[in-house]
Formats: sequence, C-alpha cells, structure tokens
Amino acid sequence: MSARDRNPILRVSSLTKNYGKIAGCRDVSLDIWPGEVLGVVGESGSGKTTLLNCISARLEPTMGTVEFQTRTEGMVDLYKMSEASRRMLMRTDWGFVHQSPRDGLRMSVSAGGNIGERLMAVGDRHYGNIRDAASDWLEKVEFDLGRIDHMPSTFSGGMQQRLQIARNLVNGPRLVFMDEPTGGLDVSVQARLLDLLRALVSELKLSVVIVTHDLAVARLLAHRLMVMRRGEVVETGLADQVLDDPQHPYTQLLVSSVLQP
Amino acid sequence: MTPRRSSRSRRGYNFAYLDEHTKRMIRRSILKAVAVPGYQVPFASREMPLPFGWGTGGIQVTASVLGPDDVLKVIDQGADDTTNAVSIRAFFARTTSVRTTEKTAEATVIQTRHRIPETPLMEGQILIYQVPIPEPLRWLEPREAETRKMHALEEYGSMHVQLYEDIAKYGHISTSYDYPVIVNGRYLMRPSPIPKFDNPKMHCNPALQLFGAGREKRIYAVPPYTDVKSLDFEDHPFEIQKWEENCEICGADDTFLDEIVTDDQGGRMYVCSDSDYCAERCAAVGAVPSEAAE
Repeated sequence: MSARDRNPILRVSSLTKNYGKIAGCRDVSLDIWPGEVLGVVGESGSGKTTLLNCISARLEPTMGTVEFQTRTEGMVDLYKMSEASRRMLMRTDWGFVHQSPRDGLRMSVSAGGNIGERLMAVGDRHYGNIRDAASDWLEKVEFDLGRIDHMPSTFSGGMQQRLQIARNLVNGPRLVFMDEPTGGLDVSVQARLLDLLRALVSELKLSVVIVTHDLAVARLLAHRLMVMRRGEVVETGLADQVLDDPQHPYTQLLVSSVLQP
Repeated sequence: MTPRRSSRSRRGYNFAYLDEHTKRMIRRSILKAVAVPGYQVPFASREMPLPFGWGTGGIQVTASVLGPDDVLKVIDQGADDTTNAVSIRAFFARTTSVRTTEKTAEATVIQTRHRIPETPLMEGQILIYQVPIPEPLRWLEPREAETRKMHALEEYGSMHVQLYEDIAKYGHISTSYDYPVIVNGRYLMRPSPIPKFDNPKMHCNPALQLFGAGREKRIYAVPPYTDVKSLDFEDHPFEIQKWEENCEICGADDTFLDEIVTDDQGGRMYVCSDSDYCAERCAAVGAVPSEAAE
C-alpha cells in the first residue's frame, strides 16, 4: 500500500456555496478514497449539482476547501492552484460525464475524434496511435467499430452516453464526476450502461462521484451514499446500509417513495 | 504629432483617407502585434468606404503604414486585375497619389487577399493580408473569453481534432486553405484564407507580414524571419498542393494554379494564379501572354 492509497484522493472540508442569500449547499465535508464510488442522492434542488460543480473546480465555493491528491505534489487546494494547472488536471486526471451527452460531446465531430480529443489535448501527435486508442475504447464501450467515423447525432441516447464515457476515460483519469449519467435513458439501456460503468470502474480502479436522484442507480454503483436535502447532508453511510436501514426521516421518505416492482 | 497633409491628396481628405489619430492608434496595435508574433491585438476598426468583408482590415493597415514614397501593389487571389484589387488600388491612388505597380519586386507595400506572391519577397517589403476571421479556435469554441484563455494558456491540443477529422474522412489532411500555423513556437494563428501552398512561404520570410481583420477588429503580425510551422501529425506530415499540369501560359511547374473553365464542353486550362509572376516569365522568354490569361 503506497502512501497515496492511505490518503483520500479528494478531500472536501466545510464547503458552502451561496447564491446571494440562498444557500446552494452548506457546510459539506467529505473524503473520496482511491477506487471508491460515492453516490450523492437527493431530490431536485437539494444542492447535488452545486456540490458536484464546486468539487470539480467548475464553480468556486463561497467557503471551505477542496483538495485533490495530485500525482506529484500531494494534496493541493484546487482553488489555490494556477488556472493553467487546474485546467490541465481537468483534462488529464479527471473526467466529467454530463447528464446530457450534448454537453459533453462535440456533436460536429466523429466518434473517433471525440475520443481522440483528450489525447491530442495532452500532446499526442500520432494519428495512428490516436486512431488505435479510439477503436480500443469504442470496443470497451460496446460499439460497433464500423461506426468510428459516424457523427454523434446519428447515435441513440444510450450510445451517445457510452461515447461520452469513452471520451472521458481514454487517457486514464483517476477521478470521474458523473451528473445523472443515466438520466433520460430507458430502463433496459440504463441497465446496460450501469453494467458497463460498474465493470469499468472496478477494472480501472476509478474513484467516482456520481450524482443521481435514482436510488436504483445509487444502489448498483455506489459504495457509499450521501443524502442531501436543502443544501445539507442529512445522512451518510455505506450504500446498502443507507438504503436498507435509513435513519433520517427524510432518507426514510426518499427510500419509501421508490416503487418496489 | 502634426497631421501630414499632402497637396497631392484629394481636397477634404487626409492622406490615405484615415485621419492621423486613427493611423496612430492602428500603428500602436501594429507595433504590439509585431512585438508579440501571432498574437491578435484588438484595435478600434473604423468604418471604411466599402463593406466589411471586402478588405476593410487590410485597407486600414495599409493606410496606416503607407507613406508618400511607397510603391503599392494590390492583389486579389494572386491577380492584379480583379475587382477587389483594382478598387483598392484605385482608392489609394486617389487618396494618397502614391505610385502603384503590378510588379512584386518593385512594390514596397503589397496588400493581398488569399495569396502570397510567387516572387520571393525581400527585406523592407510589407505584405498586408485581408483577414475575414482571425480566430483559429473559433470553430472549436464559440466563446471569445474562452478562446482568449486558450491562447493565454497555450491550450492548442484540440486544434488537431480538425485535422484528425480530415484524415478519418478523406485519408489525408484535406484542409487546403486558411491552414492553422504556430508562430514563433507560441501563438496559434490563422493565416487568412491563403492556400496551404503558401504556408511555407510565411516561414522565415524576409518581409514583414501584417494581418488586418476589420469586422473582427484584430491586427496580428509575423515579423521578418519568424518561425511559422503548419500543424500536422507525425504520421501525416504537412504537405502542399501539387498539380499534374503546368501553367499553360508560362509553363511554370512550381506555382499555384487556377483551373479556368473555357467552354461548356468541359474544356479547362490551368494557369498561374499570380498574374504578375506569369507575365514576367512570359516576358523573359519573349512570349506574348495569351488572351485567356486576362
């Protein structure tokens, strides 16, 4: 066990984000460990996305710190880094899977180009290698290789989402943020995507923060759960524990409002 | 600074149309552009007596650098006799009375649209490009604030996505004009819509190259003897266009050729796009340029 594994990959301390007088999220602290999948659940407006944006360096918090375990310099406060190194981090060590693939893909660029972009962004200048990596990843996300040069707009919603995942994982990020990755997909496509995600996460030993309002997704993917309500964390714990034996009245309400087929 | 008035210019207008304060403002931008090769310097572009998109940026730069002793050449797609070139040349002839020429070697200032002359440029000459869209990252990123940040942080990796798409679709880099370059190992630059055939001529050129975008209000520059490198892949190196034909008028085999349709039966001929270069070659061998070149 290296020193890196004994430290969390991301540490959030008393993070607060206010929008004027309204609190987006209040006093949130959390640690994410290497290889861990943290689920953030809660209803719409509970501050999940605000939290995700704050910890992924997309939205500066009003108070509190977000520290990331860098490869060379140990724990570094994200908002004290230079913008250049923060952006570098975003396209090397991090991935961000958007709810809508249209936000995460270049719709006017072919599937192969979409996957290759991150490689080119970090300096790969060999077309053959980029092409090989793109085919490799298309296979991993269960694409027919014949579609490597097709435009994302010709793909179904589920395929676009898988393409977005491949695009994010191609250069081996260590931490991936996901905002409702299965939102808007029908149930059978969701199930396939979840299977795929679960396999990739365990194979690549990724750390993941996944925001979702779907408790089934949380149960399948997350190791640990955080329940949010009105910008505050009301309960945290192992996923099964939170879902099977909810302690907080709100969590109990949330769990009981899911239809059991 | 006293405004320079020339008795030779038309009554009521300043020398070279623009007033001296405007020229000074533009010269400041030019100086900054020369100091930071490839960097797009904003300037307060003026209304000119022709529409944006017809060369207002180039005209303003020309007006600011032109002196009474300069000799001006204006080309459009390599030719001296096309509408845009003729109008702009006439404009400066009327507003400055400077000597105009069609000969590349005689000119001290050359305003161009879409070509670099075939005759090698010399020290002391200024080549001024008309630029429609100065921002090379625009197709990737529509937000101006974001493209400026990308320039500041030298985040140019994604530019290769465009070239990747070309190779994936056509098997080779099919971008044939306005081919992106890195200037002085630092700034990504759009060389205006010149064919990529001309890109190698920008590299370490002895002449000063100035770029003016009137509508987009940007000036940038490549100073003499500056490194200009076209983007490419290791396994798909940069290449310029080649023709199987030679120029049918002067026989040149190393120039940029225009394909001219001569009849409705599919007849066509290839001729040099640089009309001055073609005519000089013909004059050298004593041949008379045929009517088709006109």
